[in-house]
Amino acid sequence: MAFFEVNSLGKYFGGLKALQDLSFHIDKGEIYCIIGPNGAGKSTLFNCINGLYTPNTGKVVFKEEDITGLQPNDIAKRKIGRTFQNLELFENMTTMENIMLGRHLHMKAGLFSSSLMLWRGSAAAQEEIKNREQVEKIIDLLELQAIRNKYVSQLPYGAKKLVELARALASEPELLLLDEPAAGLTNDEKEELVFWIRDIRDELGITIVMIEHNMQMVSEISDRVLAINFGKKLIEGSINEVISHPEVIKAYLGES
Amino acid sequence: MLLQIILSGLVVGSIYALMGLAMGIIYKASEVPNFAQGEMAMITTYIAFVIISVHGYAFWVAFAGSIIFAFLLGAFFEFVFIRRAKEPNVLSLIIITLGFQMVLYGIAGWKFGSDQRRLRMPFSDTETYRFGDIVISELGLATIAVAIILMLIIWWFLSNTRLGVAMKATQQNKMAARINGIPTDKILSISFGISAVVGAIAGLFVAPVSTLDPNMMWDPLMKGFAAAVLGGFTNLPGIVIGGYLLGVIENLYGYYISVEFKSVVALLVIVLVLWLRPSGLFSKHYSKKV
Repeated sequence: MAFFEVNSLGKYFGGLKALQDLSFHIDKGEIYCIIGPNGAGKSTLFNCINGLYTPNTGKVVFKEEDITGLQPNDIAKRKIGRTFQNLELFENMTTMENIMLGRHLHMKAGLFSSSLMLWRGSAAAQEEIKNREQVEKIIDLLELQAIRNKYVSQLPYGAKKLVELARALASEPELLLLDEPAAGLTNDEKEELVFWIRDIRDELGITIVMIEHNMQMVSEISDRVLAINFGKKLIEGSINEVISHPEVIKAYLGES
Repeated sequence: MLLQIILSGLVVGSIYALMGLAMGIIYKASEVPNFAQGEMAMITTYIAFVIISVHGYAFWVAFAGSIIFAFLLGAFFEFVFIRRAKEPNVLSLIIITLGFQMVLYGIAGWKFGSDQRRLRMPFSDTETYRFGDIVISELGLATIAVAIILMLIIWWFLSNTRLGVAMKATQQNKMAARINGIPTDKILSISFGISAVVGAIAGLFVAPVSTLDPNMMWDPLMKGFAAAVLGGFTNLPGIVIGGYLLGVIENLYGYYISVEFKSVVALLVIVLVLWLRPSGLFSKHYSKKV
């Protein structure tokens, strides 16, 4: 059984078939890239995986559990994290507060956990300390020290993208869905991102599924690539196999 | 005299602030001004009345009982009516709150009639305390004290507890909250419940001043709404300041200009604010992300 599997997934909006009969699987520890022209159904696929959409047909299976049609908060509980193409942040909170919210599911102690720190040795205090340590680790990893207490609404775009990534990491996912993580970043930021994504896989052991348009980046970090168009699979394989496939060339460059 | 007028303004302002706060909590979570807020508080006050006058329990039992009832009523309203709306927009949700308001009003009329009753409180309306020149009734003092304690609890709750932070997260970005594992539907129910509790406490302190009847919360609701508009619907501390400000302005107007038209002040405030500063005195301008 594969670590993560999508089986003949279909999502229709009225007559529009955003996804049709799409199947693929991902092994643990892979960096799996999804490419395709705009409107190919890539983000729809992510939305079906993490529960924002309920697919019309097919199944999503994670660690041998059918998670199709669960609510996003229940998907999050099963350790699938995600970032968005257009950023979904808590704009009126600081970087630190945003990342702490990524730890929400790890805060199990009841109502008073984070406020009543009177008993240092208590389970709640221990948990809080552990949560803070985890957040510090991520702040170090992504080098966010300088902006930790800044409000997110004041940050430049590139920094916001990192905060969102940091928040997703804070939840300690086993599978991380990244929706165009490099879009809008400067070239320097893109290069750094490549290293970070490798670190995330190698050091934190997180399996990564990534939608990306930047072919340079895809060829640098992907283990396997899936190309889709009109919601259907064109080809799956190594980056070289995929970009030399005639259907992919046609989808990107048009009929010649 | 001026100080006396301001102090009386702060007493009614506490009520306005609480009603505004109740509406603000729901507005922040769902962008809906809940027009059933007043009637929810009114019904809850009747519950307290029944516990005291019919069953003969002490006020504090009634207070606890009505808080529990209010919470359940608010959560029930969200779960049974608001959540059922398919592809809701703000207008249709407002209509639902108006519908619920009429249902509650009807129930109160049918069950309790339009008789004016008295809610017996342990704080006296006639017993007074004197500080130099100014006088305040025991009830007035209790109103201010309870309102301030309640506001501090809410502030502490929202910034320090796991549930409070989840509420704040849900208010700011529902999608982001959900993917971080926050069950936003449940949080919305709880927000409605907490809001109803805040409104109910306002109701308990309105009842002894006016009388207990099905119309008792109309005026406080309108004033609370005005307070929220004045302070900025998305800014809870702003709403509180708006409430106190409105209470004081209204009283000053009543004393120096006209008692008959005292109630018009709230309306005037709404119009002026919407004209000059539509997002309220203390809110950053609210613009929706496209």
